[in-house]
Amino acid sequence: MSGVPGVRIAFALGVILPASTMAQVIDMQDMPGKPMSHRVDSTPSAASTSVDHDHHDSPVPQLQSVPPNDHVAPAPPQYLMQDMAPAQMASTMQMDDTAPLGMLMLDRLERSRSTVGDLATNWEAQAWWGNAMDRLWLKTEGERGRDGSDGRLDVLWSHAWTSFWDWQLGARQDFGQGPQRQWAAVGVQGLAPYWFETQATFYVGGQGRTALRLESSYELLFTQRLILQPRLEMNFYGKDDPHRGVTSGLSDLEAGLRLRYEISRKFAPYLGVEWTRRFGEQDAAEARPLPARETTWVAGVRLWF
Amino acid sequence: MDKQEPRGIQLPRRRFVQGLALGGVAAGLGLWRGNAQAQPWTPRTELRGDHFELEIGELPVDFTGRRRVATVVNGQLPAPLLRWRQGDTVTLRVRNRLAVTSSIHWHGIVLPADMDGVPGLSFDGIPPGGEYVYRFTVNQAGTYWYHSHSRFQEQTGLYGPIVVEPRDGEPHVAQRDYVVMLNDWTDHDPETIYANLRKQSGYYNHGKLTAGDFLRDAGRDGLATALADRRMWNRMRMDPTDLADVSGAAYTYLVNGRTPAGNWTGLFDPGEKLRLRFINGSSMTFFDVRIPGLKMTVVAADGQPIEPVTVDEFRIAAAETYDVIVQPSADRAWTILAQSMDRSGYARATLAPRAGMTADVPPLDSRPLLAMSDMMGAMDHGATAHDMGGMAMPGMMDMPMPSAPAASLATGPEVDMRVATPRSNLDDPGVGLRGNGRRVLTYADLHAVDAPISPRVDRELTLRLTGNMQRYLWSFDGQRFSDAGPLRLKHGEHVRIVLVNDTMMTHPIHLHGMWSELESADGRFQARKHTVVVQPAQQVSYRVSADAIGRWAYHCHLLFHMEAGMFREVVVA
Repeated sequence: MSGVPGVRIAFALGVILPASTMAQVIDMQDMPGKPMSHRVDSTPSAASTSVDHDHHDSPVPQLQSVPPNDHVAPAPPQYLMQDMAPAQMASTMQMDDTAPLGMLMLDRLERSRSTVGDLATNWEAQAWWGNAMDRLWLKTEGERGRDGSDGRLDVLWSHAWTSFWDWQLGARQDFGQGPQRQWAAVGVQGLAPYWFETQATFYVGGQGRTALRLESSYELLFTQRLILQPRLEMNFYGKDDPHRGVTSGLSDLEAGLRLRYEISRKFAPYLGVEWTRRFGEQDAAEARPLPARETTWVAGVRLWF
Repeated sequence: MDKQEPRGIQLPRRRFVQGLALGGVAAGLGLWRGNAQAQPWTPRTELRGDHFELEIGELPVDFTGRRRVATVVNGQLPAPLLRWRQGDTVTLRVRNRLAVTSSIHWHGIVLPADMDGVPGLSFDGIPPGGEYVYRFTVNQAGTYWYHSHSRFQEQTGLYGPIVVEPRDGEPHVAQRDYVVMLNDWTDHDPETIYANLRKQSGYYNHGKLTAGDFLRDAGRDGLATALADRRMWNRMRMDPTDLADVSGAAYTYLVNGRTPAGNWTGLFDPGEKLRLRFINGSSMTFFDVRIPGLKMTVVAADGQPIEPVTVDEFRIAAAETYDVIVQPSADRAWTILAQSMDRSGYARATLAPRAGMTADVPPLDSRPLLAMSDMMGAMDHGATAHDMGGMAMPGMMDMPMPSAPAASLATGPEVDMRVATPRSNLDDPGVGLRGNGRRVLTYADLHAVDAPISPRVDRELTLRLTGNMQRYLWSFDGQRFSDAGPLRLKHGEHVRIVLVNDTMMTHPIHLHGMWSELESADGRFQARKHTVVVQPAQQVSYRVSADAIGRWAYHCHLLFHMEAGMFREVVVA
């Protein structure tokens, strides 16, 4: 910072004489008389102990009847700070309301077992980095089961739009079984009335493909640590994509209930159940067509950093 | 230690200083034991005179059984009590032994702008290994304090009391004079606390409403009423339990550097009058202070004498000070209880005729909820204000304008709510203190004993306190510090600042360099303050005499609100 503490001290020392002189002058100008010493006993009047807040029996002092105050305006500074560039200001003040921040959140990292005995590992994770207004998001969701994996990765730029909503713009890559689809993405994410954490993303892919993904979740507190999270996800597609097990219209719907225990805010194991409904005709060519209805039990952890 | 568990929130059992303690402070007290035996009050290092040598450094401390490093002055936490005399010119040489830039701000002291200690506005800060010599004339008397204005050093321990003795002697006779400094100590890194709040604003709120609360309310008030109540709050995405951003989950509350178990004790002989100088030097905490069984006569607010008013309890915001006189007449101990506003913890001290005596520590009050009026504002109060505004009254010019609908009450990323009809009821003690059966101090009780500095109002300026809780953004008028230019005041003008709180939180607003002369709703001078609390959905006005040339800080004194943008520069030129 200042390589010249000596100069600063000189300034500081220089202030004393003019400061006190000026103070006296202002004192004499403003104060017609010496401030009176009013020694009052601190014993309260009975009236002031009244519980009634609407009436104040103590008289409001009138300007004429009260003694003058002993305020003395300060001397002007000997040293006046010059304006700085915002970045330098933030660093000098050590105060920066635009400082970026990052967060990594594993919403779901779970092992699931369907009622027919299929085991799988599922995940849903998000990471963001940025300031309050603009953030870069990475989102991924998928499943790794006996027949391989299936998932998606979204890369989005997010901008604060309203009090509770951000809009997001970016791209999505599908991976796992079937063709690797790429999509352009536009969506909103935020907090809907009644505290529903909600995402809605519209995708446009090659060959005229379109998709819409809706997700919403809620938190119901049984205690401060034991929290039930209902969650609903719906995927709509513009046209069939049998190689990825997708049908046009509402293709699939997942409804889950997860009961977590927050050992800390950042670490919570959970147990849950999820119902999946897949719509439309399954591709007969598939070796193992996905069941139209499926119930799975899940156990996992939710953590963030 | 008290055996009583606070209702509602279970506090982890506080263990107290063991082994390595507070350096210089502990040295004077002999060895502190791990058990919670009360220690006699021993005078802390107190510096008086007109020349002071202060050294900012680090010190290992242990308040909870975990060793942490505090930021301290002269090896003391709190920093040494500075005793000045009104009229003296004091010189304070402050050396910085930290590895980072530091600063000291003399809170509430009227002084030249380059002595105010705000890096970037007053000076460059005190570089590591460097020093700064503060020198100014102290023309006021009363109870004040000092603290770092650099990053989060205030949270890690850099705070201390200032007592300025009046030129003509104390107007209130008291046989004993104690500083009672309240602080919120945390074992966590404040950088982590701030990051947690930005990622999850309710991180430290462990008093949210649960399904059980709903069933209880439905059983008590009927299902329809309970549903309607939840619907109102939840539709707005507002949380009625949002009382403190950082709670007892992260804080251990201190009195003069002692934990509740450490039990700071002030001694007296029965029948003596004691002057207790309460200073809230905490970073994020409002305290509700009472001494069960004793009436407190408040004689000064923010260092300035007021007409004595006797109360059972008062709320003290971060940075405020209140001087009270108490007269314990019996040969017994009394507990000073300072509950945090969200009832997640408390600071505790004892007044006793002999060291080691204790009194019961009452259970914490139940956790309050914000009321409709904290979200909606005036309701019927508003009509009253407007009626008065329409009446032709003498001295109309001196009255604050009834809050005309502001040009823009829009919400957006920076602002999650607006209050169209703020309430201006200074006689509201605030959430958690309403109708609690005790006589609670309110701003309507504060009446200065002298005339205001500002005899008139040349200009009126309205600022709205805004924020977005979910995003953890705080601002004036929807503009964070980084987006906002300075507020410019003309040297010599008298302005009325009207603050309207468009948030659901209570904010203590501190203007540097100039007094904030609090007014009643109809524009009468109430009291001279340096920190003015504005409750949710409330409108408060005060006069400022722009007689201090320079660049000044103006901000919410909740440390993380300031950091998040609730800060403006005020230029007087």
